[in-house]
Amino acid sequence: MNLDIRTEEKEDYNLLHVSGEVDAYTASQLRESLLPLTEKEGASVIVDLSNVDYIDSTGLGIFIGALKSSNHYNGTLRLVGLNARVKRLFSITGLDEVMDIEEEEEAQ
Amino acid sequence: MADSYSFMQEQYTKILKTYLEEKNEIGLYQAQQFSKKVLENQISPEEVVSLHIEALEHFFPDLPQGARDSFDFLIEIMMGYGMAYREHQILRDKQKELESEINVAASMQQTFLPDEIPEMDTLDVGVISVPASKMSGDYYHFVKDDNDCIGVAIADIIGKGVPAALCMSMIKYAMDSLPEQRLQPGALLENLNRVVEQNVASNMFITMMYGSYDSRVHHFYYSGAGHEPGFYYNKAEDSFEELYAKGLVLGLNRDTQFREYHKKVEPGDFIVLLSDGVTECRTDDGFIEREEITRLIRQYSDLSAQEIVDNVFYQLEKLQGFRLRDDFSLIILRRKV
Repeated sequence: MNLDIRTEEKEDYNLLHVSGEVDAYTASQLRESLLPLTEKEGASVIVDLSNVDYIDSTGLGIFIGALKSSNHYNGTLRLVGLNARVKRLFSITGLDEVMDIEEEEEAQ
Repeated sequence: MADSYSFMQEQYTKILKTYLEEKNEIGLYQAQQFSKKVLENQISPEEVVSLHIEALEHFFPDLPQGARDSFDFLIEIMMGYGMAYREHQILRDKQKELESEINVAASMQQTFLPDEIPEMDTLDVGVISVPASKMSGDYYHFVKDDNDCIGVAIADIIGKGVPAALCMSMIKYAMDSLPEQRLQPGALLENLNRVVEQNVASNMFITMMYGSYDSRVHHFYYSGAGHEPGFYYNKAEDSFEELYAKGLVLGLNRDTQFREYHKKVEPGDFIVLLSDGVTECRTDDGFIEREEITRLIRQYSDLSAQEIVDNVFYQLEKLQGFRLRDDFSLIILRRKV
């Protein structure tokens, strides 16, 4: 499966658009794009996961690494647009309570 | 080597002669067989061209000089192939070496897992754990004390293969070094979490469910660290419910607390613990539903705990075309009537 990552630089934060599947094969690609963004003092990063339909435990590890790095640099990390399956993974692992997570917005 | 070359030379001359005289399928078949033999004897492409020119000189002593020279030219060109071929041989040997090292590591990893499941008058226990490749990221552990209490752990180490296996050895030794007296599940996870947090890379983590079954009163106490929920089967109502213990994965925050849950287990009730390789079973139509797993378990529920887990594994492996994508572990603890 492929993973597409696009970084959008906003005025005071970086927005990462991720689409595809984050698994053992694509996780390193995500780490290379995401981790450096969190390694600046006070950096604010938002990851848009609305086009991600599956994340496995290796993928989850990348977000944990990014969270630790972000905390270390006093930054913020926010995940948005999680579908039900992805949300369940963050909730089972207890990460929803230590991470800033926003579910997919319902069509209005 | 020189012997095998002259032997090949003789053979080649013979089959080429047959072919030139009869020009039929049999000749071509012999050529195919011969090419297998040159590979076996590690004869390089340029040497095969040499075989050919020597055979030709044998049949046609008056071969024009130009034709002869052209073969020397061809030999020069084949040199590159020859080198690539030798490199391929070296890589193949190297791969064999690595493979045998992995096999040694995989069999060593097997020693981390309990070699027998506890036999008890009060509980029927069934376990299956199958890695997707040689090394597994799933771990389970049983400990039985003098009071007929049994502790059971199931854990999933992030990732698969060698890194997961290395991390598993840490979990195994950390669990072995816990105090002798039985720890409550929550306290046990808190201890383990501190070890893991200090010793893993920032993007590593472990999920675990730990339960303790007290056979004297038939209570099951359990806590979870972000682990895939299991099931609890209630015999009287013939129903399954989710067995979930909320808690953060191991290795993230040093001071994580784990809540303890508990269940009163009636005769015939059973506890199902599993790894996400069971629930994330993926077929051509997408992921299976959790209900599919309880349906399978119910289908085999008249059998022993071990037979249930074996059958469920077989059916789910079949659904995935006998190719596991993730490590698969399933444990059932059933209170005997």
